[in-house]
Amino acid sequence: MEQDTRLKVALIGNPNCGKSTLFNVLTGLNQSTANFPGATVDKKTGSAKINSTSVEFIDLPGAYSLNAKSPDEKIAVEILQDKNNSDYPDLTIYVADASNLKRSLFLATQIIDSKIPMLIALNMMDVVDKRGMEINFEMLSEKLGVKIIPISAREERGIEELKQALFSDTKIPKEIFSEQQLAGKNDSQQTIERYRLITEIISDCLKFKSKPEEDIFSSRTDKILTHKIWGYAIFLFILFLIFESIFVIASYPMQWIESSFTFSSQWGAAHLPKGEFSDLLMNGVLAGLSGIVVFIPQIALLFFFISILEDTGYMARVSFIMDRAMRKFGLNGRSVIPLLSGVACAVPAIMGTRTISNWKERLITIMVTPLMSCSARLPVYTLLIALVVPAKKVFGFFNMQGIMLMLLYLIGFFAAIGSAFAMKYFIKSKERSFFIMELPPYRSPRWKNIGLAIIDRVKVFLFDAGKVIIAISIILWALASHAPADSFQKIEKKYTDYSYRGDYSDAEINNKIASEKLETSYAGILGKFIEPVIKPLGFDWKVGIALVTSFAAREVFVGTMATIYSVGDANNSHSIREKMRAEKNPDTLKPKYSFAVGLSLMLFYAFAMQCMSTLAVVYRETKKLKWPVIQFFYMGALAYLASFVVYNFFK
Amino acid sequence: MKNGKAIKNTLAHLRKGEKAIIDSFTDVEVSLKLLEMGCLPGEMIQVKNIAPLGDPIAITVAGYTLGLRKSEASAVIIRRTR
Repeated sequence: MEQDTRLKVALIGNPNCGKSTLFNVLTGLNQSTANFPGATVDKKTGSAKINSTSVEFIDLPGAYSLNAKSPDEKIAVEILQDKNNSDYPDLTIYVADASNLKRSLFLATQIIDSKIPMLIALNMMDVVDKRGMEINFEMLSEKLGVKIIPISAREERGIEELKQALFSDTKIPKEIFSEQQLAGKNDSQQTIERYRLITEIISDCLKFKSKPEEDIFSSRTDKILTHKIWGYAIFLFILFLIFESIFVIASYPMQWIESSFTFSSQWGAAHLPKGEFSDLLMNGVLAGLSGIVVFIPQIALLFFFISILEDTGYMARVSFIMDRAMRKFGLNGRSVIPLLSGVACAVPAIMGTRTISNWKERLITIMVTPLMSCSARLPVYTLLIALVVPAKKVFGFFNMQGIMLMLLYLIGFFAAIGSAFAMKYFIKSKERSFFIMELPPYRSPRWKNIGLAIIDRVKVFLFDAGKVIIAISIILWALASHAPADSFQKIEKKYTDYSYRGDYSDAEINNKIASEKLETSYAGILGKFIEPVIKPLGFDWKVGIALVTSFAAREVFVGTMATIYSVGDANNSHSIREKMRAEKNPDTLKPKYSFAVGLSLMLFYAFAMQCMSTLAVVYRETKKLKWPVIQFFYMGALAYLASFVVYNFFK
Repeated sequence: MKNGKAIKNTLAHLRKGEKAIIDSFTDVEVSLKLLEMGCLPGEMIQVKNIAPLGDPIAITVAGYTLGLRKSEASAVIIRRTR
């Protein structure tokens, strides 16, 4: 497509072969992530200028074989076997793990037989040296009929040679197995044939200078990290550290971001000409933008930790020790991390489900992750708990409010697990569930990979989810700042009349105006419109507006309640609380926010899918409108039912 | 180790630390996956680790560590070695 691309190079290899490290070394920051046409699988491309030629590198998903059945692996197969595919490469670099030569060469021989010009980058030479292995490259190269360049992507050794070889040493290799040779043999038999030949080739080319040593470090580390007590204890402790730092560390940049947005909107209010357009820019676009940007520190941090766990090989062990328990709920060992990341934010958590290769298990994980109580629910919980749960101590030291908060988190977790269990029976899949996974040796993290992974994830969130969030924010702005006919003018006119002003200050008057305007706006009308539906849950139209605005993001609840109860400072939750506490039910003359109403509202927020960003990401990850829609309704139904039951029980 | 015990000769029955040689497979889909990962008939394997809940298990094969479920392991017929 691009005019200046002269050479299209595909990178392929087994998972954990160091392919991504090599890709990062070759392309640096010049990479972008999109989707392969018609698939949910990520397509990473990057470019580099080598010998004044633009080279486009495509990082194909890791695969063990071309008979592949998982969606990731299928992509690689489709591209390499279809000359008309727009991603069909001019040549391929096969990245082989030299320390695991036999298995690496299996896919290599299959690719050799698909007759694409190729060369082999024999990676992990640093490990080979350490293990006292000696590989006769010339002989191996001759036997396979492919040029072999020994490299170490981690130590950036042999990269220049590899780059130069792209221009001189690639040719279509002679097939190792002809079609006639394989005719009549099934996949298993072919696999055995290939391995037989590979074993033969390797026995000539690979020598051990010393006896191959067992990876003692990995074995010892495994003893602790997969121990029946320590394994889980350490895992919980690591989780605890991650969530703590996500809350604590991320709160600083989040505050800076919020204050710079506040500054911008204040500046805008002072300097921009008053009018519809400025209002849209400030309260629609800017407000929406801040709602996205403010999550970036959490997303970046979460991916920082997840990448480290993944890169060191620890994640594979977590999956290993959790698989049995997760399987009961239609999930996979690999579902654990996304599920628990959901406590911070469902958006990066859902993006993290890609490590699950089975589509059904991945889908269930995506569908239930938003039930985990995320950080956006925290301000809502805090406000409501303070309102309806007394700050009494039980058993001398447990604070009731703290217990309530913990219960809400637990309820979220059990709802997620329970829903997964139910979905197991509804989501059909022909795919069988497997847990056949390599447990790679422990390694120190490659910081460059981690840095690039964070940048990549943030970019995806910012641009893909961002578009949707901005659009919804603008719609919400339009609904909240417009009203039928001239009702806004009437309100403003009313307050110019001094008899209405009483002893109120100007700020209070402005709040009253804002509050009345909201009531008559389209959002207010919507609130009144849905009031009959939410009345059985104990909510009135004011809560209704907050529910509507909360569909962009849950934390909007507090701000909306603040506006509705005409409290000046949205961050001053104390006064919102007081106002809400003072509110009486017109029929019973008892406080409107009783324990029943408060609990009902909390459960509604715990279960309902009120997050545009998450829905956008679910759409992006599943590539079907169906899934975010189902998610929205099943979580909504759960929320409605739970609220209805507790409200009527405690009423 | 007479015929009566033949049914117990699968990878799923090995204890931690035990070594064996892969003999054959009883499940086509599982076998293909395992073959591609280098678990070939005649290959020496060793049970390196068993997850705390008894499942999955980790084996060393062809110089690396592979995790797999008991249900998958039971499709692998093995020959025990000394």
